[in-house]
This record gives sequence, structure tokens and C-alpha cells, in this order.
Amino acid sequence: MTAALEIQDLRKTYANGLTALKGIDLTVPKGEFFALLGPNGAGKSTAIGIVSSLINKSGGKVFIFDRDIDTDFAAARRNIGLVPQEFNFNVFEPVVEIVVNQAGYYGIPRREAFDAAEDVLNQLGLWEKRRAQARELSGGMKRRLMIARALIHQPGLLILDEPTAGVDIEIRRSMWEFLTRANEAGTTIILTTHYLEEAESLCRQIAIIDEGRIVEHSAMRDLLARLHEETFVLYLREPLDQLPELGGHDVRLLDNHTLEAAVHRDAKLNELFADLTHAGIEVLSMKNKANRLEEFFMSRLANRNDSQ
Amino acid sequence: MNERKPTGMTTAEKLVALRTILTKEFLRFIRIWVQTVVPPMVTTALYFAIFGNLIGSQINDIDGQRYMDFIVPGLIMMAVISNSYANVVSSFYGSKFQRAIEEMLVSPMPNYIILLGFISGGVARGLTVGAAVTVVSTFFTDLPVHNLAVSISVVVLTAFLFALGGFINAVYARSFDDISIIPTFILTPLTYLGGVFYSIHMLPPFWQTVSQLNPILYMINAFRFGLLGVSDIDPAVSFVIILAFIGALYVFSLYLLRKGIGIRT
Repeated sequence: MTAALEIQDLRKTYANGLTALKGIDLTVPKGEFFALLGPNGAGKSTAIGIVSSLINKSGGKVFIFDRDIDTDFAAARRNIGLVPQEFNFNVFEPVVEIVVNQAGYYGIPRREAFDAAEDVLNQLGLWEKRRAQARELSGGMKRRLMIARALIHQPGLLILDEPTAGVDIEIRRSMWEFLTRANEAGTTIILTTHYLEEAESLCRQIAIIDEGRIVEHSAMRDLLARLHEETFVLYLREPLDQLPELGGHDVRLLDNHTLEAAVHRDAKLNELFADLTHAGIEVLSMKNKANRLEEFFMSRLANRNDSQ
Repeated sequence: MNERKPTGMTTAEKLVALRTILTKEFLRFIRIWVQTVVPPMVTTALYFAIFGNLIGSQINDIDGQRYMDFIVPGLIMMAVISNSYANVVSSFYGSKFQRAIEEMLVSPMPNYIILLGFISGGVARGLTVGAAVTVVSTFFTDLPVHNLAVSISVVVLTAFLFALGGFINAVYARSFDDISIIPTFILTPLTYLGGVFYSIHMLPPFWQTVSQLNPILYMINAFRFGLLGVSDIDPAVSFVIILAFIGALYVFSLYLLRKGIGIRT
């Protein structure tokens, strides 16, 4: 099966001597919704920059739908749409001009480009703003404008670098729905994000990059199954001054109305609740302390720090 | 994995891409015509009124031409040079500054289309302002045209050359100061010393020789030949020099784009 993206031994050392990528290999199958995660400075944006031809690589190969970005760059670039982390459009240009001009750079005639722009701007709720200068848009609208611009030439691979940073929850969710529809329609999507809830709910495959190396690459489901415990926060009906014995469960009192319980993935929540009931503690509500991917991510980074 | 033949853009697609950049660049300077087209018209009108009319009336003919007529080609060329340069240096640097240049870098456009797009935008502004200044000059002179083909070709080639110069300046510029240093300290002095207001035959022999190292001298004189039929330099030599500079700067500009200097890390 054709890979949407194949990276082989990708290396990058900047002119200042900083080695951002130390030889990464990565395959993203066609049609995938893929999360590329990592702490700040791990090399995510460098990798994306190289794949999208904005950064020169020091070594290695990159193929987009089997097209080499060095020897067959035009065909490779036709198949990529990039939504970068930073706004990168002329803020004085009208919205529709930004999108139509981008189509022009791909050789799409203006009339055809205008029709395509109307379609994609409508889908992203920006058609009413088509004549506004980009600088007049809100932060969320600017992000959606970059998505519209990236999709105007209908690429097979859409790469989004922190697309929902600084976007309110309502717009973030509408963007998730849009991206899910795009993926269901056949667009392969690679997403970097600091909202791990976003990666967990959208992506089926995940890679974690750290210090210039891929340290994890697996299906999201398999990765989450490897979490050995989850932490829950329980809100109590009655105040509790001292924590009673709770049958060996790992529970601590955060305040006199809140408990935190770490539950092993093989344990049953029923047993915890049975012991709480036996101790006369009534639970009004509960939530995950962190989402599961976040717990995995933090444990992965903690292991790295311990081994140093 | 590499068995497929490379598939670049078709010629029709490249033309669409080139027209897109040219249209964008044209609209950019036309939208702000009060800042881009009007000032050179006002400046040139002042030159004609003060140097051509008031002072020029006290000056003898040069090469058989009235002083007012003599300075017309240089003043038009001065506007063409500074505006073709200014358009590309400000537009390309602005694109770098706002990172909008990335819109083009991620696209399948070959580097030469990106370069020609910006250059054609610079040529368009140079010619637009040159035409506007020419209209102004008709209020002061009869504007004779000795050889139309030479006049037009030398203006277009000069605009092309200085648009390339503006591009190279923008590639290396790291701040807005950097895009004004070369026009202020190199371009303007070379233009004024390139025979806009005088014939180099009026200079002592030593300074005549030094003046011949100034490439702008050749452009102004070739254009003066086109309009008035007089020149300090053989027009054929001027064309060779202009074309040689264009060739060298074009190749260098493509090299800069290919290496990604100033735009790709």
C-alpha cells in the first residue's frame, strides 16, 4: 500500500550546530489520521518543515505518496497542504485573494480557483469574511484561513502544526469535525498538538519524537493499552477530615471534599466504589485527572529524564 | 521507489503561476498608487521646473540639445531604476518578514517562476512609473523619439536588471534598514553620477574614465540615444553591458533561491 509519507534516516543540523533530527524513520499510511507529538524543541516542526520544503535537510530521504521531494519535488509538493504553527500570510491581503493566489501557485486557473475558494471558505465558515483583510480576522479565523489555503489544491496529505493553539473550545471542536470529515473523505492528516486530548480523540496512529529521535510509533489503541494506571478525581457529598483504610487502594485526600485515586488498569473501579461505600463515603461525581494520552506522554518523558 | 518519471508543472500551469505573482505584485503597488506612482511624478516635475526650466535656461545646449531635453531621458530612467528596484526589494522582503514567502516555497513552482514573478512585478512598476514620468515630461518638452525600439528595449532591460538587484538585496536583508541602505548609499549616487544632468565629456579625462565604471551611465546614455539620438557611449556597448549584468544577476538570483539563502534554514 502506498504510504502518504515515508521518511528515511532524516537528519538536520542547523548552521549554529544544533542537531534537531538525529536520523528519524517514519511511515504514515495513506488515509491515516496521525499524531506527531513531542515536547517543545523535540524536532517536530523541523521534521514538518523539511517535509514541506521550508527547511533544507542535512541527510535522509522523504517521499510523499512515493514521490521524492528532491528529485520529483513538483509532484511531491502538489500532494501536501501545510498549516504552519505561525501565521504566514500577508495580513493586508483580502481573505479570498490569499486562497485564490495560493491556488494560482499550483497552476489552477483563477476562475476555477475562485469556485474552489468559495467551496472551502464556506466549509470553514469564512465566506462572509472573504473581502476582509486577513489582519481583521480573529485568531481562530486566521487558523481556519490557513486550513482553507492548505486545502485549495486538494492535497492528499494535510499537515497541521498546532492548528488549534489559542483557539476557543467551540471553534476547536468545529475544526475537529471539519478535519474528521476531510479524513473520512480520504485526506491523510498529520497533526502536531499540545492538546493531547485532541490527539487522543482524533488520531489513530501516533509517533512521539524527543530530542531528534522517534521514541514511540504505534497505533493509539495499542499505546493506551500500555498505560498501567489511570488517575481519577472523586468529588464527595460530605466533607471528610481523615481518609479511612480503603482496602489497599492508592487514594489520597486532596481536600475535605476531593479524593484522588490511582487505579491500575487491571483493577476494577467497582472494587474501589465498594470500599468507598463500605467506608460510608458517597461520591457525587468523578473525572480523569489527565487524559490517558497525557499520562502516557508524561510517563514516557519521565522515563527519559530518569535514564539520563 | 524512484522508478516513476518526475512530473513537474506543465507550461500552462507555470504561466498561471507566473501570472498570479505578477497580478498580485501589480495590484500591490497600484492599490497604494499615491505612495508609489504619484511621488516620482511630483519629484520629476520639480526637477523639470527647477533644473530644466529655471536653471536650464541659463545653461548652454549639450550635444546640440536644449538642457531641458537633455535631462529628460535621465530623469525617466532614474524613476524606472529606483521603482523597479524598490518594488522587488520591499515586496520580497515583506514576504520574508511576514513569512508569506512560504506560500510559494511549499508550492510546486520552480524557482525561476518565483524569480520571474517578482521581477516582472518590479518591471511592471518601473514601466508604470516611467510612463507616468514621461507624461509629466510632455508638459515641459516635445519629447522627441529618435528610435522607439531602442528606447523601449533599454527601459525594459534596465527595469529587469534593477528588479534583479532589488531581489538580491531583499534575499540578504535582515531588517527594514537593510532594504534602504543600498538604494540610499549606492543606487542614488550612481544614478546622479551616471550622466542624468550632464555629459561625461564635460568632466576632466580622469573622471570620464572613472564614470565609465558606472553601469548606470550606459543605461542612461542608451536611453538618451533612443530618445534624442545623442549618447556619450556607443549604444551597442550599452546593450552588451546591460545584458551581461542581467545574465550574471539572474544566475546569481537563481542560485540564492536554490540554496534557500535567507528564506530556508
